[in-house]
Amino acid sequence: MSGEIYVLIEHLQGQVLDISYILLAQARELAGNDAQVTAILLGHQAQALTAELAADEVFYYDHPLLETFTAEAYWKVLAGLLEERKPRLMLFGETTIGSETAGGLSMRLGLPLVSHCQKIVRDGAVLRWVSQLFAGKMLAEGDLPEGTALVTMQPGAFKPEQGKSRQSPKITPQPPADLSGLRTSVKQIIQPSGEDVDITRLDVLVSVGRGIQQKENIELAQALAESLNTVLAGSRPVVDQGWLPVSRLVGKSGKAVKPKLYLALGISGAPEHVEALGNVEMIVAINTDPNAPIFNLARFGATVDALDLLPVLSEKVQQAKGG
Amino acid sequence: MKTLVLIQMVPDLVEELIVDRDGTRLDSYNTHWVINEFDDFALEQAVLLKERQGGEVIVVAPAMEGVEDVLFTAAAKGADLLIRLNGDFEGEVNNHSLARQFFPFITQLKPDLILTGVSAHHRHDGALGALIAALADLPYIGYVAGVTVTDGKAVARKEYPGGIICEMEVQLPAVLGIQSPDTPPRYVPISKIRQAMKTAQIEEQEAGGADLSGGVAISRLIQPQASGHAVMLEGDLDQIAEKLVAIFKEQGVL
Repeated sequence: MSGEIYVLIEHLQGQVLDISYILLAQARELAGNDAQVTAILLGHQAQALTAELAADEVFYYDHPLLETFTAEAYWKVLAGLLEERKPRLMLFGETTIGSETAGGLSMRLGLPLVSHCQKIVRDGAVLRWVSQLFAGKMLAEGDLPEGTALVTMQPGAFKPEQGKSRQSPKITPQPPADLSGLRTSVKQIIQPSGEDVDITRLDVLVSVGRGIQQKENIELAQALAESLNTVLAGSRPVVDQGWLPVSRLVGKSGKAVKPKLYLALGISGAPEHVEALGNVEMIVAINTDPNAPIFNLARFGATVDALDLLPVLSEKVQQAKGG
Repeated sequence: MKTLVLIQMVPDLVEELIVDRDGTRLDSYNTHWVINEFDDFALEQAVLLKERQGGEVIVVAPAMEGVEDVLFTAAAKGADLLIRLNGDFEGEVNNHSLARQFFPFITQLKPDLILTGVSAHHRHDGALGALIAALADLPYIGYVAGVTVTDGKAVARKEYPGGIICEMEVQLPAVLGIQSPDTPPRYVPISKIRQAMKTAQIEEQEAGGADLSGGVAISRLIQPQASGHAVMLEGDLDQIAEKLVAIFKEQGVL
């Protein structure tokens, strides 16, 4: 393909987020030898963040109001850039930063947008996309239209290391953006409470999803977790119901975990949850739905009701411990 | 304060998903539609704001199977005005076209706050909230888990990975994409919904034509071919539990 591929670099509290390196890896694969990969960095005194970006060039916008993301500011800056330069493609993360940036730009500029994208491949001059729909139960495929296209991508197809380079890219500072009249401002960033156990450091995690059905059943899973000397974690629906604290949330807006064993009880395996399991050594899934996407990721599985299994399994674990 | 809640209906994932004969979308005859869970959260957030500081909650939803139940349930929760948007929403629709069809409600009703769910699992052309905010030239904050409103401004708690929260202030009117409400959605007894069916009125408005530009056509919709699959454990509960214990031991965690 010819033309430029832009990648929006996401950062928070002085760190480039892994999704940006993953997008750079995707862009590099698409670019081959005949297109340029340009990283787009919006920040304040953030030039050091460019060090490992595997891009040919970085367009760097510096402004105090760009220190922390707001959709309004990003729309203003990037709309001008895309209108002027008309790249072939701009990649964003399917994230708290990327998805709202891309959506606003698509509507403002009339540019086509594909979201939930897993992978883009070249087929001659055509760019084919694959997206996950219906919480991972279906894949949609299509071709990107000609002209500039916007794509928000989920992690998974590449490792962050593939988008890193030891050679620092060329940095091209961009003219100061006019950010007057913004209606959104950042008040403060609140760190997660350190009072609870850190689930990212545990060797075993028992994790519950929608299949746990009601608050009273949490105790059943809690008992198993305790017998395995660990704590209970969960997917989004369980935390949204207030049955577990946010500190136990595994998933896109929670924590990415890396235990030796992840026991998923009544968890379907929606993309937002699965993206936090990339470094788990072994997943064991219990779900009544044989088509649940979690079984495509798990090493072992069983299609029984977790609520029926839990008391039996807790007892067997206790017996194995000699209790 | 006037809050507008935009509702989408999505395929029920509990049911089997069947692809239409043309291979590019779900067979609408076999699809059961339910309220998008995040839109239910947006409704809850709107009702919570009304309970805290008064105001009016207006709910708009596209005319699809089951939408009357959704609207009457919204009334039972505390919504003041229910609007069904009539049009073909099971055919060629995407979030860009839906944003354009919802947009007139912002100009007509002049809400202070527009709430939508942060995302919906059935469309691949971006989140409705960001699209409609850009169309209406309003600020947008997504992934919001908690909102307060004072003096014409909202303070929204935006979630980032790792449990980090960014507290953001936005001048109203604004659009917020709700990830979760301040408290979990309330349970509404059926008797209260039946009561709402007798007392609440659903207004109807005709949708404008569907302008799909900004979306990208699907050439094929398929079930994923897994690169791997779990080894499935068979037997009764005792046998499965014993096999799991053996796996835990082999993995060195027991």
